[in-house]
Amino acid sequence: MTTLDSSKEIQKNNSEVNETHEDFRMFGLITFLIADGMTFAGFFAAYLTYKAVNPLPDGAIYELELPIPTLNTILLLVSSATFHKAGKALLKDKNTDSQKWLFFTAFLGIIFLICQLFEYFHLPFGLTDNLFASTFYALTGFHGLHVTLGTLMILIIAWQSRINGGRLTSQNMFPLEAVELYWHFVDGIWVILFIILYLL
Amino acid sequence: MTISIDPQKTNDESLQPKGWLRYFSFSLDHKVIGIQYLVCGFLFYLIGGTLASAIRIELASPMSDFMPRDVYNQVLTLHGTIMIFLWIVPVVNGAFGNYLIPFYVGARDMAFPRLNAVAFWLIPPSGLMLVASYFVEGAAQAGWTAYPPLSITTPQSGQIIWILSVLLLGGSSIFGGINFIATIIKLRRPGLKLMQLPMYCWAMLGTSLLVVLSTPVLAGTLILLSFDIVANTGFFNPVLGGNVVVYQHLFWFYSHPAVYIMVLPAFGLVSEILPVHARKPLFGYTTMVFSIMGIVVLGLVVWAHHMFTSGTPPWMRLFFTIATAFIAVPTGIKFFNWVATLWGGKISINSAMLFSCGFIINFVFGGITGVALAQVPFDIHVHDTYFVVAHFHYIVYGGTVFIIFSSIYHWFPKVTGKMLNEKLGILHFIITFIGFNLCFAPQHWLGLNGMPRRVAEYDPQFQFVNQISSLGALLMAISTIPFLINVFLSVRNGKDAGDNPWNALTPEWLTSSPPPVENWEGEAPLVEEPYGYGKEISEQK
Repeated sequence: MTTLDSSKEIQKNNSEVNETHEDFRMFGLITFLIADGMTFAGFFAAYLTYKAVNPLPDGAIYELELPIPTLNTILLLVSSATFHKAGKALLKDKNTDSQKWLFFTAFLGIIFLICQLFEYFHLPFGLTDNLFASTFYALTGFHGLHVTLGTLMILIIAWQSRINGGRLTSQNMFPLEAVELYWHFVDGIWVILFIILYLL
Repeated sequence: MTISIDPQKTNDESLQPKGWLRYFSFSLDHKVIGIQYLVCGFLFYLIGGTLASAIRIELASPMSDFMPRDVYNQVLTLHGTIMIFLWIVPVVNGAFGNYLIPFYVGARDMAFPRLNAVAFWLIPPSGLMLVASYFVEGAAQAGWTAYPPLSITTPQSGQIIWILSVLLLGGSSIFGGINFIATIIKLRRPGLKLMQLPMYCWAMLGTSLLVVLSTPVLAGTLILLSFDIVANTGFFNPVLGGNVVVYQHLFWFYSHPAVYIMVLPAFGLVSEILPVHARKPLFGYTTMVFSIMGIVVLGLVVWAHHMFTSGTPPWMRLFFTIATAFIAVPTGIKFFNWVATLWGGKISINSAMLFSCGFIINFVFGGITGVALAQVPFDIHVHDTYFVVAHFHYIVYGGTVFIIFSSIYHWFPKVTGKMLNEKLGILHFIITFIGFNLCFAPQHWLGLNGMPRRVAEYDPQFQFVNQISSLGALLMAISTIPFLINVFLSVRNGKDAGDNPWNALTPEWLTSSPPPVENWEGEAPLVEEPYGYGKEISEQK
């Protein structure tokens, strides 16, 4: 956005008509997230269809233990709030506070992944045991991949905010806002996944 | 390099290689990327066309004597995949979209130039990977639809390479779609209203919406399919408790919109070409816009008409028949608008116009058989026969490929500053039109009489009609020769075109030909009436 401002000044005497435009990066990100959401929608549709029309073999286990996923839901919801805090702090130019909140958010993401792995190791079924098991691992695994990428991105922007005069300042909020939107999206998907996969 | 969202900066001339080398570089210029898409797509078209010729040679005789049956399956799979994912989708979206959309919205580049270059450079490696899979352990054999359980039981390596390749191409397509939506919605020149945009922008907006909404579903499906193949899961494998119909639903949720992804941009392009060469405003602009958006919405809810023989329940058949028949309404509106645009116009008979008229004729024919195919009783009769092959090729070859050629004749002077040779162009059109109809019209008869598609051998009673069809295919193969000669001769020493040889009013002609790096010297022109023919011309003279 700094580039936008400076180019605006250059153009001020000339015509401002062509050379300036609003920041549309967030618009592009939202379009991408809609596309990403459609992948999950396809998975959910497949899972619900299987649930409706494909009977599982006798003795198949499809009841899941609730404590770990509930903890995971709380972890992700809290992490969304802490991320929001990081944005607020950065807006007030409190870069160190913002950085602390970011690291805390990443920490919650890592705890989520560890809990997820813990659940995987203690489940009574494996990937190829039956259709429910396969769909369960595909859905949670694909979501876990998103959480992993999100955590990495949070760590990157937290690192960026360390450097004095670096990319992440109250004048250049875009990296933080973009990752924040992505993180909220991943949380939202988890809530839907939690309801469909564990509660239904 | 620093991250800058100013397209002006990203297009800094000093960053771009000069001359023909820039077409092999990671260029960020939308015009260079457009040409990259076109040439790359055309090379794959030649490969896919060679495969099509091999299919027609095989089918000239009832026995499988030209190639073994499993090779035939590989050839038809590669033909379908290459033609759809590497020729038509990249060219009609990527090539013309990248070249024209920034001009039409009055921008200096696409919204995300780097994403644009990434989207293009995903295509050559995945295409080469797909072609190379033939030489590894045999290419995929399950057709471009890759229906399980066939795709699970045929040799694995070819099918997995096929899946990876299509995933990459789908990713490229999604990146392109995001870019087009952002460019058209957000990057318009101030003062330019949505309803003043040339029709191709609307077509690309609709197409990109379909790409963004449906391609990810295909990606997810193919990931599940690859698990079935390599990890022995049972998503789509009935032996392991899976469900093949779920694959079909998810696949066609992408692949029916894919037909519109292939044909909607062609609708847009023909709406640009007809008014210029008929010297008349485009008839019914508003209805055109609404019919494009109508096709987008309806296109998302008709997929199960590909599955009438897959044990579809009656209510589903009823719904999808009605929804499919409804698509004939917006499509019909567009057809009548094109005819009305031509009506009473001062039509110049040149190659671009001829190919566009050929498109209208072929497309109406393909559309009529499409409405017929939507009817359940008829569809069950001709399902998986050559009737479907004929219908599909009337839409994508007779429709979209004709428009690709028409657009090349129309915009070649813009891109190179040289005219194409009209005599060779008309020769190209005549051979293509006769060859195409000779090849595919008899296939309706073959299908109605029960010749199944995707089989190397057939009942000897069909031999004569198949040979007519193969003769048509031979003519289509020959038709590429005058086109290639024409392009090579004209690039070297074609007639000088000047900036605006067609006296067109759309914005891309209001700059020099070929255009400068940032599209315009100075400010982008505000074109409020891109189709104001008649009035403006008389004012100019």
